[in-house]
Amino acid sequence: MPAITFIHPNGERERIDAGDGESAMLAATKHGLDGIVAECGGNAMCATCHVYVDQAWLARLPPMSDEEDALLDGTAAERLANSRLSCQIKLAAELDGLVLRLPERQI
Amino acid sequence: MSATSSSASTSPGAGIPHLDVDPFAIEFFDDPYPTHQLLRDAGPVVYLDQWKVFGVARYAEVHAVLNDPLTFCSSRGVGLSDFAKEKPWRPPSLILEADPPAHTRTRAVLSQVLSPTVMKQIRDRFAAAAEAKVDELLALKSFDAVTHLAEAYPMSVFPDAVGLNQEGRENLLPYAGLVFNAFGPPNQLRQDAIERSAPHQAYVAAQCQRDNLAPGGFGACIHARVDTGHITTVEAPLLVRSLLSAGIDTTVNGIGAAIYCLARFPGQLARLRQDPSLARNAFEEAIRFESPVQTFFRTTSRDVEIAGNRIGEGEKVLMFLGAANRDPRRWDNPDDYDIIRRTSGHVGFGSGIHMCVGQLVARLEGEVMLAALARKVGRIEISGPVKRRYNNTLRGLESLPITLTPA
Repeated sequence: MPAITFIHPNGERERIDAGDGESAMLAATKHGLDGIVAECGGNAMCATCHVYVDQAWLARLPPMSDEEDALLDGTAAERLANSRLSCQIKLAAELDGLVLRLPERQI
Repeated sequence: MSATSSSASTSPGAGIPHLDVDPFAIEFFDDPYPTHQLLRDAGPVVYLDQWKVFGVARYAEVHAVLNDPLTFCSSRGVGLSDFAKEKPWRPPSLILEADPPAHTRTRAVLSQVLSPTVMKQIRDRFAAAAEAKVDELLALKSFDAVTHLAEAYPMSVFPDAVGLNQEGRENLLPYAGLVFNAFGPPNQLRQDAIERSAPHQAYVAAQCQRDNLAPGGFGACIHARVDTGHITTVEAPLLVRSLLSAGIDTTVNGIGAAIYCLARFPGQLARLRQDPSLARNAFEEAIRFESPVQTFFRTTSRDVEIAGNRIGEGEKVLMFLGAANRDPRRWDNPDDYDIIRRTSGHVGFGSGIHMCVGQLVARLEGEVMLAALARKVGRIEISGPVKRRYNNTLRGLESLPITLTPA
């Protein structure tokens, strides 16, 4: 079961186990994590599950689609080079230990 | 859910419970909840004898059907009428009533026109209009929340955002009512709506043309995609039509649902007043709780199994979005309106590739209106008889007399 560490804006770390093939967004919302809103429920339509991917992991994620790229231009917190939508990050064994930082706001 | 290779059986859905309920009857609309429970508890899939359709009312199955758009297709219509057997009452929608790959291209155009980036640009204008509307209503004190608020606010912002002419806007709500009634069976509601439809259809057809849309609006942005080669001159007006079909009555009923919730659950209004930043979730929860869009159909494109029950090709499947949004298998205390609930995953806007393309506009309108009410209003009291408006697809009110007390 791959684990994800979410780091809140205040530095607090939260480790969550994700199901294989589950998105980082779904794992977070299932565990009641604050900081991921996911208004659209994982359909890549709302940009409220924004995360900053730890640099060590960035290159290991699958490339983003044009839709995700366009949505990231509309995030509430600033878009950075390591911005992704967590609904588009599907967990697998090779992503065990993934570190994601949460933005100040999603809306 | 998986495909089966067995040949068609003689009786539809052997082993599937048959129910004698009409989810398009006035008595059902008056109180759908006992029937929703019956539908959910009967099984993961049911058969409705009256309209000869399969139905799913549990969250898991509704979500699964929504997210398998190739098996449960939309191109044969998302109402009861099967476009493979019956001529549609209007030229089919290029997005709602389309499947991939055709759907993918048209969907991308509307997604870009209604993107989060565009919402940032219109947000201040929508918020200022909501503030002004609430000030105006506080001066009125007692009024009908359907006409003066739920209808008046979207009508004051959305047609301008699309770039519509001032003249003829009174056709918008009747046209949308018609579209959503037409998804239903050939009952009185549908027949009456279609009989009266000619002037509304003529207005919409004319208003969708490029020359009739103000520069900078959503409509003009859609037509601009013709110049970049993304869509044709024939497709552009039909995509504008989607905004006029689904962009008004839905938000009217969404905002109406939220006001009706806050009036019935004063504890939740008090909570919202303490923290107006909950406005967006209070709106979202009202969409889950009331599900302004109650149902949509799909058509099976092949033999398929739902939770072990076989359904043949070419069958209509009715998805009860409202029942899924109150399924106790998915939601804790589903019949409570709770503005701090984690609403993510509700199917009030659908799910999957056909999920409401205007959801961000709806949330923006709902959020800024509830935030304005949270800051300015102390109490919302229902001060007269509440009357339901009947529509084959939309759940909402005809009249909601309320009295506001200032904060």
